[in-house]
Amino acid sequence: MAKVFDHGNSVGVVTPMSAQFDAPLKLQSGGELSGYTLMYETYGELNSTATNAVLICPALSGHHHAAGYYAATPDYIGWWDNMIGPGKPIDTRKFFVVALNNLGGCNGSTGPSSINPVTRERYAASFPVITVEDWVESQALLASRLGIHQFAAVVGGSLGGMQALQWSLTYPERVRYVVTVACAPRLTAQNIAFNEVARQAILTDPEYHQGDYYRYDVVPWRGLRLARMLGHITYLSDDLMGSRFGRDRREGSEAGYQYGFNIEFEVESYLHHQADKFTKMFDANTYLLMTKALDYFDPARSVQGDLRAAFAKATAEFFVLAFTSDWRFSPERSMEIVKPLLDHRRTVSYSVIESPHGHDSFLMSIPHYHALMAAYFDRIEV
Amino acid sequence: MAVGLRHDFERMAQWIPAASQVLDLGCGDGELLRFLREWRGIKISYGVEIDERNVLRCLQNGINVIQSDLDAGLSMFEDQSFDVVILSQTIQAVRHTESIVSEMLRVGREVIVSFPNFGHWSHRLQIALGRMPVSDRLPYDWHNTPNIHLCTMVDFEQFCADRQIKILDCCALNQGKPQKFLPNMFATLAVYRLCKASG
Repeated sequence: MAKVFDHGNSVGVVTPMSAQFDAPLKLQSGGELSGYTLMYETYGELNSTATNAVLICPALSGHHHAAGYYAATPDYIGWWDNMIGPGKPIDTRKFFVVALNNLGGCNGSTGPSSINPVTRERYAASFPVITVEDWVESQALLASRLGIHQFAAVVGGSLGGMQALQWSLTYPERVRYVVTVACAPRLTAQNIAFNEVARQAILTDPEYHQGDYYRYDVVPWRGLRLARMLGHITYLSDDLMGSRFGRDRREGSEAGYQYGFNIEFEVESYLHHQADKFTKMFDANTYLLMTKALDYFDPARSVQGDLRAAFAKATAEFFVLAFTSDWRFSPERSMEIVKPLLDHRRTVSYSVIESPHGHDSFLMSIPHYHALMAAYFDRIEV
Repeated sequence: MAVGLRHDFERMAQWIPAASQVLDLGCGDGELLRFLREWRGIKISYGVEIDERNVLRCLQNGINVIQSDLDAGLSMFEDQSFDVVILSQTIQAVRHTESIVSEMLRVGREVIVSFPNFGHWSHRLQIALGRMPVSDRLPYDWHNTPNIHLCTMVDFEQFCADRQIKILDCCALNQGKPQKFLPNMFATLAVYRLCKASG
């Protein structure tokens, strides 16, 4: 049966674009990228004074296709389509929205699977470790290329929120409003531990070949699969998994236990399905890079861990949102962003949204969440 | 909560110099902070509010709002970091009254508290007649009221005296007008300005 896609309030057909940068990008690690490409999409129109631009910073697996759909694939809808569009919280009738695939990604921007122009081979493991600060530098260069000196707002969920925070520190004069959703100012030991298990799953996969698996025409899918399964568990809440799957067993297994190791429980089936889907579309080296960028991010690293000192530079207005059931970046962690801003008497609001969806809540169409976002973006003058 | 400008707002505003940094606990939809901004020129202020509908209204009103439960304390605010901390017609609905007042005195150099005066003669009369009081200021029945810690003006003054809290100012209001004669009998609303006695 043919599926019918409801594109109501959609920005409609969008076209991905690429920007080529020839000047080398100096990286925080000391290395550099000699030249690179950034894939991006834009929605809405940049006004004549360029005061209505909003940057969407992607999370771990995020990319430039944040809203609308492609003419050839109407079922491939942008990952934040419920948030961005005409009449939606980030209203494209008012704002010019920019979304991109970050450096190190695997959706068209320069990353480990791209060809290194110097060696004419894939970067693979030689691709440098990229940090949140590096991403902000590259995003700022893209903004300048698009004629945007100052963003009305920089927005992001999870790892995307960290980029939004970094914008307020690296370029305080280039961002007026910062909105972070389901975010923390830096990872805890537990967060880093989860990431390390995910990385070890990939690094110890026999098909990993020190990151050079492209050459052998294989992918370390077992490792990537495990990494995603683990990650996925941490994005959901115990309550949600309980209500969605409970101890239900999948079709064919209801009769009785099979006393074996095949998939029997619905939750197992779900995890396998999610992991299989992810493995087909995501690059293992990119996964490694993204988790490392998360681990390294700490705006207070140069000031002995003092977040208050770190945020002294931030002059933007902030809106920080958290979700009750998010245990990966809990409301208490989001408060760590709010506290130093309060200490500096910045303009800041903070809301904790009731949601059973865990960390993934930031992608969901939760009416109150969207009402808050709409109210906040409505306030932004352009 | 009453619609429109509440009688205690103007009284509070007179106690708050224009350059003050203000924290309003249980700020509702941000009505008071908006009043202080527009009529008193208060530039730096935050509201704390637990109810999600009110948090949304604060955002719509352009008020800085921190969604938090007052009974969980004020740990996000530093000692003596605000000029004024306000608890407007909320103290009667707070569970841990003593700890919230001490938190307010920790965070604010001055504290303003307003509450419906339970000592008003109409409440006394209703109790004398054997009923729990219901009035304009206390429009709830006994079983659905959020007001779990009601007090009279005399009770509140005793509470302060027992805890070395200095009363800098007090204003008793009856239907919005100052009530000088037997305030604990005739005032519907009491507004106090407080600080630590030792300070």
